[in-house]
Amino acid sequence: MIYLDNAATSFFKPPQMIEAVCEYLKHPGNPNRGSHKAAMDAARIVLDTRMELAEFFDCHFSGVIFTSGITESLNTVIAGMFTARDHIITTYMEHNSVLRPLYRLGCELSVSDGSPEQMEGLLKDTTKAVVMNHVSNVTGEINDIRAVGKFCREKGLFFILDTAQSAGVLPISMEKEGIDVLCFTGHKGLLGMQGIGGLCLRGEPGIEPLKVGGSGIRSFDRRQPATYPSALEAGTQNVPGIVSLNASLQYLKERGIENILEHERSLGGYFAGKLASCDRITLYRNPRKEHVGIVSFNIEDMDAGIVSDRLSHLFEIETRAGAHCAPLVHRHYNTQSMVRVSFGIHNTKTDADRCLQALEEIMERTGKEVKR
Amino acid sequence: MEEYLIITFEETTMALYMERICKREKKEGRMIPLPKAIDAGCGLAWATRERDEEVWKRFLERENIAYERMVEVEL
Repeated sequence: MIYLDNAATSFFKPPQMIEAVCEYLKHPGNPNRGSHKAAMDAARIVLDTRMELAEFFDCHFSGVIFTSGITESLNTVIAGMFTARDHIITTYMEHNSVLRPLYRLGCELSVSDGSPEQMEGLLKDTTKAVVMNHVSNVTGEINDIRAVGKFCREKGLFFILDTAQSAGVLPISMEKEGIDVLCFTGHKGLLGMQGIGGLCLRGEPGIEPLKVGGSGIRSFDRRQPATYPSALEAGTQNVPGIVSLNASLQYLKERGIENILEHERSLGGYFAGKLASCDRITLYRNPRKEHVGIVSFNIEDMDAGIVSDRLSHLFEIETRAGAHCAPLVHRHYNTQSMVRVSFGIHNTKTDADRCLQALEEIMERTGKEVKR
Repeated sequence: MEEYLIITFEETTMALYMERICKREKKEGRMIPLPKAIDAGCGLAWATRERDEEVWKRFLERENIAYERMVEVEL
């Protein structure tokens, strides 16, 4: 099997990460719940992971909050920081994990192309924030977050960043990029387990918790503690997931994310370049932007689902087809679905070539069908 | 029974950070469950036989560790 769906979840997981999780499961403890050895050992690894993430994203460790994933992180931030009276600017590249919490909030929403120039024209007296992704999960294009961060600082707006497709691939400094809240997931570029994610805060932006409950501190207070990270971490934490992140962050440090970026970007660039030379293929790629290793396309009017199914069924090449939970991208490109190939750390040029060869065969076999 | 200086914290994360830094700096003491006689946010507290509060205050400030209270107790 050739796995080319790393934007959904990374296929390669560092062996030391798997080993660390298995080892932890032999002697688990509940962090922040008691002071016996198992509880303290679990608490120590949670702190250690907070500190590693703080270093990774350039923020303070007490502002690193763990969640079940980036969807929970974005829901927490959007519902906990804003109201229906606020105006928020976003982009057409967003995933539903950004859009649906914004729609549910009922705020006034403006959709931009991700550039500060266009955002400037959308500003209102009630504008509170820019909420956007670093990298599109559909096209792989990289947004200029430093420019948006500067714009937000100048205009007094919160800058909330979705790093689902960039964390672990692109270097990010919350301080330098002016990010107020960074939302991340553990199971994609960070190479950890599914079910772990989080958010990182710069300063104390004031977020009402989505969940309240056990915190291990101030137990007689009817309200959730207001201090971070306890304010946003009700309930027992996913320690195996946190252990996985701890180990995978060590792996990323050793490997160097700049090397990972170069590897994935060059595979994506090579693959996109080959597709671009085929006139039966429509490539969805903004030529004015840089990209990670994600490439989306369609073959003439063929159903993207059928292309992806044939790749899987006939060639054992795993890609993703559909809307990719990003409806506004399809409005932008006037599509309903696309085939997405997303390269990961383990993929090689041979994988890209085999996929290209398979696509050629699919086009050959379905030539009549396509041209009917 | 022995006299201890107890340092308390609002947040468990900061208490754990205290333990980590004290270990690194080879400071005397250990993390204990918060004694019943002391009111504090976090259920973990640093207990040390080195009871000079001023020395600890300077250390905590230098290491940027946010503490809640310092109380002397017999344990």
